[in-house]
Amino acid sequence: MKYAFYLGCITPYRVPQNEISTKRIAKELDIELVDVDGFSCCGFPIKNVSYEAALLSAARNLCLAEEKGLDICTICSACTSTLVEANKELKENKELREKVNEGLTKIGHEFKGSIKVRNFARILYEDIGVDEIKEKVKKDLGSLKLAVHYGCHYLRPSDIYENFDDPENPKSLDELIRAAGAKSVDYEDKKQCCGNVIVGIDPDISWFLAKEKLDHIKTSGADAMTLICPACGTQYDTNQRVIESNFKVTYKLPILYLNQVLGLAFGIEPNELGLNLNRVKTDELLNKIE
Amino acid sequence: MGVLRLEATKKGKEIPVVMVSELDPNFKYEVAKQPGGEGIKRCFACGTCSAGCPIRAIDEKYNPRKIIRMVLLGMKERVLSSDFIWLCSTCYTCYERCPQDVRLVDIMRVLKNMAVKEGYIHPLYKEQMRLINSYGTVYKIENRRRERYGLPPFKSEAKEIEEIFKMTGVDDLLKTKGADKK
Repeated sequence: MKYAFYLGCITPYRVPQNEISTKRIAKELDIELVDVDGFSCCGFPIKNVSYEAALLSAARNLCLAEEKGLDICTICSACTSTLVEANKELKENKELREKVNEGLTKIGHEFKGSIKVRNFARILYEDIGVDEIKEKVKKDLGSLKLAVHYGCHYLRPSDIYENFDDPENPKSLDELIRAAGAKSVDYEDKKQCCGNVIVGIDPDISWFLAKEKLDHIKTSGADAMTLICPACGTQYDTNQRVIESNFKVTYKLPILYLNQVLGLAFGIEPNELGLNLNRVKTDELLNKIE
Repeated sequence: MGVLRLEATKKGKEIPVVMVSELDPNFKYEVAKQPGGEGIKRCFACGTCSAGCPIRAIDEKYNPRKIIRMVLLGMKERVLSSDFIWLCSTCYTCYERCPQDVRLVDIMRVLKNMAVKEGYIHPLYKEQMRLINSYGTVYKIENRRRERYGLPPFKSEAKEIEEIFKMTGVDDLLKTKGADKK
């Protein structure tokens, strides 16, 4: 299994633990992730300004992977949906493809439609499978209660994702953390959006949205939240202090990336999973599973 | 309406009046012509979008059903110059549940693109486009920091993105200095 590894912008800028833990897990599961020079913005923010420019940017990234003959593996949900959507549109709409290729030719590329784009979590769920993950478990996480946050773009719009999971009642991430031996706790409004997309537009609405989810998870008695997207991660981990001070509340809720949870279950050292880089301290949580 | 306005006036509130003269009957067709905008004409105003919208639940100024109505009525200027079109969090809840397949997230994208053309680009996106134009990514990635974590250097490609922005006119937006209507 070999993939062109698409990092996006948020992960290399402020969430290195997302990349570190993904690479470590990939190594453990014999998934080869190839760093590709030249990958740029997926096009997600550009969509707000110009659909045409966004589509060209997405297509250009798809071309770089096509030129290497590799499928793309993503670790940001917004990047995933933007690239998957563009790939599907361009494969299915000949007229659009020709128009986009006119632009791409000017920068030395051509979209052929020869590759697939999937999120790392989806690759784990579909290709590695929960059984193989269970077999790799070396450490008992049975005492760990985790609240899974799916986020939006990992599942939606569902018409681009070939029904790999149910957008109204998803289960893939719950199954993966259960395979790792942890408990998945249910909580109110589990599918709710993190609000990160509009934090620069209207921080009050954005923080409030994040606060409600943190409240609900706190009520559920979970030890930590588990997620896969660095935008959601920024909202709940990097910005948790801001939310706490804005609303005069205390959460101290550790935010673990799915691959950090899997890594712990595989018996990998916390620092090798970038847990030392998480903003909300995870020491107490780690003591619990020692 | 008369009584309502009378009561509002007594309380010192102003009720916005929509003047027929400010409506543009072609607005909905302009929206429907854009890729992703086609669904606008299918809306039968059931309100499923507003009922499930997480932003609407927090702040009334973002109301998806009302935005669609405004577009269908032809309130072009009010919609495109508004603050609310930038508030869609793109969670796709409405998109999934809409019985008429209106594809509201795409319609909001069409409206934002039209607003940009009218000179109403949100300053946040203008800044983001500037960064993407310069670095290829929406942030400047520090490779020294990556090295400290044992990660390989991040090599983005800004030149080709700059070309794309030139081809699509995004670069023109970056030239204007503080002259935006917003």
